[in-house]
Amino acid sequence: MLIKEPDQIAPSEITPRSLFLRRREFVGAATGLVLSAALDPIATALAVEKPLAAAKSPLSTQEKATSLKDVTSYNNFYEFGTDKADPALHAHALKTRPWTISVEGLVKQPKTFSIDDLFKIGPLEERIYRLRCVEGWSMVIPWLGLPLANLLKTVEPLGSAKYVEFTSIADAKTMPGVARGMLDWPYIEGLRIDEAMHPLSLLAVGLYGEALPNQNGAPVRLVVPWKYGFKSSKSIVRIRFVEREPQSAWMKASSREYGFYSNVNPEVDHPRWSQATERRIGEFLKRKTLPFNGYADQVGQLYAGMDLKKNY
Amino acid sequence: MVWPLAITPGPRQLALLKIVLFAFCLLPLLQLGWNAWNENLGANPIEFITRALGTWTLNFLLITLSVTPLRKITGWHWLLRLRRMLGLYVFFYAFLHLTTYLWLDKFFDWQAIAKDILKRPFITIGMSAFALLLPLALTSNNTMLRRLGGKLWQRLHRAVYVIAILGVVHYWWLVKLNVTLPAVYAVLLALLLGIRVHWRDPQRKIRRQA
Repeated sequence: MLIKEPDQIAPSEITPRSLFLRRREFVGAATGLVLSAALDPIATALAVEKPLAAAKSPLSTQEKATSLKDVTSYNNFYEFGTDKADPALHAHALKTRPWTISVEGLVKQPKTFSIDDLFKIGPLEERIYRLRCVEGWSMVIPWLGLPLANLLKTVEPLGSAKYVEFTSIADAKTMPGVARGMLDWPYIEGLRIDEAMHPLSLLAVGLYGEALPNQNGAPVRLVVPWKYGFKSSKSIVRIRFVEREPQSAWMKASSREYGFYSNVNPEVDHPRWSQATERRIGEFLKRKTLPFNGYADQVGQLYAGMDLKKNY
Repeated sequence: MVWPLAITPGPRQLALLKIVLFAFCLLPLLQLGWNAWNENLGANPIEFITRALGTWTLNFLLITLSVTPLRKITGWHWLLRLRRMLGLYVFFYAFLHLTTYLWLDKFFDWQAIAKDILKRPFITIGMSAFALLLPLALTSNNTMLRRLGGKLWQRLHRAVYVIAILGVVHYWWLVKLNVTLPAVYAVLLALLLGIRVHWRDPQRKIRRQA
């Protein structure tokens, strides 16, 4: 009998799941080739699905990354439902191409960017970051993306701009959670401009060397590793420079529990549970949670003189 | 109200029924064990185990509280003979749920546990519910029933209503946003308690008239 041991199959031989799930589209694409005409969007889709080339970043952690399976099956993405398994179940319906992000508000040059434009702005880097969820669990994720500042600078923000507001897609047709309510959709998040411009703030377009799976916020999401995970907006369609502190979806839902800053802080508990420890997904024992999720050296000065208990 | 089907199992049938029920009530635990063995508990197994055990504690609580209404509606008085086992299963699953928290979640860090109990309302409430459940489990045997006397025993065991309310509040307060499931439990509990109030009232009047 010829049964191949699993370890004899090279990782490169396995069709990435994201590609496999879209196999019908590729058959369609092949047909499209023959029929010529509407070629361009398909070619773009194919280009993005290829393994992404990215430079390694010195900002990466050396810690062991959480398995791809856990990263892509245990998600909070309430637009697809409140259960951790919901995003992986439903997010395939989200149409991520064509996609545009408009960057607007208090800027000299408001612009609309395609995903390809983001690649051109780049440079694409692999950043292995810790992610700490407000619920008390954490992961280590090898993201692929570009520094958020690189995109923001291209529109030339005005001096009056103090904050940056991020709006995620809210499509009731493909997102069952949006149809059901719960939060005030679309999902809004915000950063102070210096936080947004900080070198650690990343605009991610992929993880584990491939395009972002839909459940992780495809095609483009924010990653702010020193803040609780919900600050890192997924599937972003609009970035707006504003003068006043934006009111986020979670602040609207419960301002007592979720503040604007939401920096990871073991000293400031969620009103209903402790934030002193966390469960790293894949580990048995709990870990101590670190101030600013272990990024205090890089970002601590952003909050110098601020009362972090008040500005939670 | 009398159910059209008048079934009364004999002593041997009842004994058999108890064995079957005993095994049935273990199924959720066996399923959990099976999934753990097959590493099928998702990315956060300890959270999964804690939640599953908590859910089954609430399920058995509601099942136990259904015995009396069901008995009245169907006229199957023998159902009462199964209630003690169901109640003890509430305690069994609550005990496992608590043990998971103390052991797998807190690793017996008593200082952190004490802080949790004092500072986290949902934990305070959960602990209170368990503290109330403990004497009920300890006095569930016939010896204790005889020693306490029927009246006192019954009064003590009415604490189950408080326990059930605390249990549902405990669930409600731990949920981040989507309270659909806690609300389902709350509605079911309200029905089970409401029907008792509804049935109790006329009896009171009769007693007063007499």
